[in-house]
Amino acid sequence: MSAKYADLGQSRGAGRQARKTYPFVAPPELQTGEIRHCPVVIVGGGPIGLATAIDLDRRGFPAVILEKHDSVSDGSRAICWAKRTLEILDRLGTAERMLEKGVTWNVGKVYFGDQPDPIYTFDLLADKAQKFPAFINLQQYYAEEFLIDQLAGHEGVDMRRQNEVIGVENDPDQVTVTVNTPAGSYRLSCDYLIAADGHRSPVRSMLDLDFEGRVFEDHFLIADVRMKVDFPAERRFWFDPPFNPGNTSLLHKQADDVWRIDFQLGWDIDKEAALNEKSVDDRIRGFLGDDIDFDYEWVSLYTFQCRRMKSFVHKRVIFVGDSAHLVSPFGARGANGGIQDVDNLVWKLALILEDKAPISLLQSYDEERVYGADENILNSSRSTDFMTPKSDVSKAFRDATLELARDFAFARNFVNSGRLSVPCTLDLSALNEPDTEEFSAKQRPGSPCLDAPITGDGIESWFLNQLGDHFTGILFADANGSITNDMRVLRDQDIPVHTVVVKPVGCAAHDGDIIDQQAQLQKHYDARPGTYYLIRPDQHVAARWRSFDLTKVNKALSRATGHSS
Amino acid sequence: MHKEINVADPDGFYAKLIELHEGLSTDECLKVNAKLILMMANEIGDRSILDEMLAYLRDESRK
Repeated sequence: MSAKYADLGQSRGAGRQARKTYPFVAPPELQTGEIRHCPVVIVGGGPIGLATAIDLDRRGFPAVILEKHDSVSDGSRAICWAKRTLEILDRLGTAERMLEKGVTWNVGKVYFGDQPDPIYTFDLLADKAQKFPAFINLQQYYAEEFLIDQLAGHEGVDMRRQNEVIGVENDPDQVTVTVNTPAGSYRLSCDYLIAADGHRSPVRSMLDLDFEGRVFEDHFLIADVRMKVDFPAERRFWFDPPFNPGNTSLLHKQADDVWRIDFQLGWDIDKEAALNEKSVDDRIRGFLGDDIDFDYEWVSLYTFQCRRMKSFVHKRVIFVGDSAHLVSPFGARGANGGIQDVDNLVWKLALILEDKAPISLLQSYDEERVYGADENILNSSRSTDFMTPKSDVSKAFRDATLELARDFAFARNFVNSGRLSVPCTLDLSALNEPDTEEFSAKQRPGSPCLDAPITGDGIESWFLNQLGDHFTGILFADANGSITNDMRVLRDQDIPVHTVVVKPVGCAAHDGDIIDQQAQLQKHYDARPGTYYLIRPDQHVAARWRSFDLTKVNKALSRATGHSS
Repeated sequence: MHKEINVADPDGFYAKLIELHEGLSTDECLKVNAKLILMMANEIGDRSILDEMLAYLRDESRK
C-alpha cells in the first residue's frame, strides 16, 4: 500500500523556497560509548515530536529528539490548523506566530458541477468571541520552523538530526534504542520512548505492531502553486467540476501566495503519468484557465487510510500522532489529532515521572485518545464514502443528495465534503467526575474549555491564557467572592490546583481576579456565584460543582490523576 | 412505525410511484428512488422510526 504522501512528492520549479536545513552534530555518546539514560526519548522531530518535547520541558523533563532528516518537511502537508490546535500551541508558545503568518478562515463552500454558486456554505466558528479562528492554513514547514525556533527557550531539549533509530528494545522497566548517525551508531536508554515518527513509523515496525482498519482505494494529486490571485480565504470544495469531471477538487489558500489544489484522480490510474509535468500542467490550467501565471512549489500524489493501532501504549513505548492513527485529509484531523494526543499525554507522563501519579494513568491516555482517534476515523470514513462512493447505489444516493441540495435546504446537511476537526469531548473518560448537580451539557466533564474575552489587572486577554500547565480551579464569584483558605491549601499541596476567580463586569477585582468582559464565561459555563470548575492541565473539564468543597475537589483531583475511579 | 395503512388511496399512490420511474434507465431509477428516500426520511424526521425501518430491512433482507 502506498503511503499517505508518496515518495513521488517533489518540489520543483521557480516557486520552491529553500527549506531550512540543520547541521549534524555528533552526539557525545559516540565518543564515550556509554549508554546514557534519559527520562524520555522522542523519535521523530516533526510537529508532534517537537510539541511533545516543548511541553515536557515546560514540566521539567528535557527530552532527546531523534530525527532522521536534516530539514523540516517539504510541501504543505498538514496545512489546516484547527482552533483547538492553536490553543494548545499557544500554551507552548508558537500559535501567535502561526496566526500572524497563516491565512485565517472560518467559512467553507461546496460547489457542484458547473453551477457558479455554492450549494452549501458552512461557518465553523459559532462563537466569534475567541482568541483563535476555526482554522488557519499554514504550510507544515512553517509550523515546524516556529516550534524549532521555540526550542531556543528550552535549552535542555536535545534535538539530534540525522539520528535514525534502527533498533528498539522494549523492556518492562526501560526502553533501549540503537541510533545510526553519519558518524557511527550509539545507544540510549530511557524510562519512556515516545514514537512520533509518522505514518510509516519505524518504531511501530520494529516492535512488530500494526494498524487495523480500512484502506481507501483512491488517488489524489496535490499541487502547491504560487500565484497572485484574489480568491477568497475560504475552503472551496467541488463535486464533479468541469475541470475534474466525475471527481472532486479542493482549494485552500496558504501563506506567501501559495495555493493548495487537490484533485481526486480515481483508483485505476497510471501514477507516473499522473505526475508528469504536462499532465499536472493540464489539470492546473483546466482549473485556472490560461491567463494566470503560476509556479509550482510542491507536487505529490497520495492515497489514504483510515486506520489506527489497537492500543497506543505498549509497555514503555507510547505512540502519538500519525504513528498511532491515520485519517483521510478531508477533515483536517491528522496533525490536529496528533497535537491533541500530545496535550493529553504530556501532563500525565510528567506526573508519573514525578511519582505523583500511578503508571496506570497512561491507560487513560490510551482510552481517551483511542476515543478521539475513533471519532476522527468515523468522520473521515463517512466523508470518504460520500466523496468516493463504493457502489452504484452509494453513488446514486450521493448524486441524489447533491441534486436535491440545489432546491432543498435539508439535503445540504447530507452533503459531506469533510466534517472538519472540532475538539474532542472526552465523554466516558474514567478521569471525569460525573455531575451531581444541575448544569447545562455544554461544558460537561470531559469538554475542552471554550475560550472567551476577559480582563485581568485591567488588561484585555483571553480565558484560556489564564489556564497554565497545571490543574486550575475556576471560581465564579460575585462582588464578595474571593480565594478562601481551603483554596490556598489546594494551591500548596503535592499536586497543586491554582484557583482563578472570575467576576462579572462592574465588580471590584482583587489581584489575579479576572473579569468576564462580555459575560461569555458565565453563559458557556452555566455559572452562578459559587460555581467551581476543576480544569485539567490539558484544559478539559474534570469536575464542577455549585459550591466549593475541598474534599470533593480533592476526590475529583484524585480521580483525574488516576489514583481512583 | 405505522403497521396499518396510513396513506390515502393506496392504489392511486402505488400507480404514481411506478409511473415516476417510467422511461428511466435502471441507474436513473436508482437516483430517483434515492431522492425519494431522502425526502421521505426528512419528512418523517424521527430517528427512532427511521432506525426501526432500517433495522427491520437489514434483518429481513439478509434472511
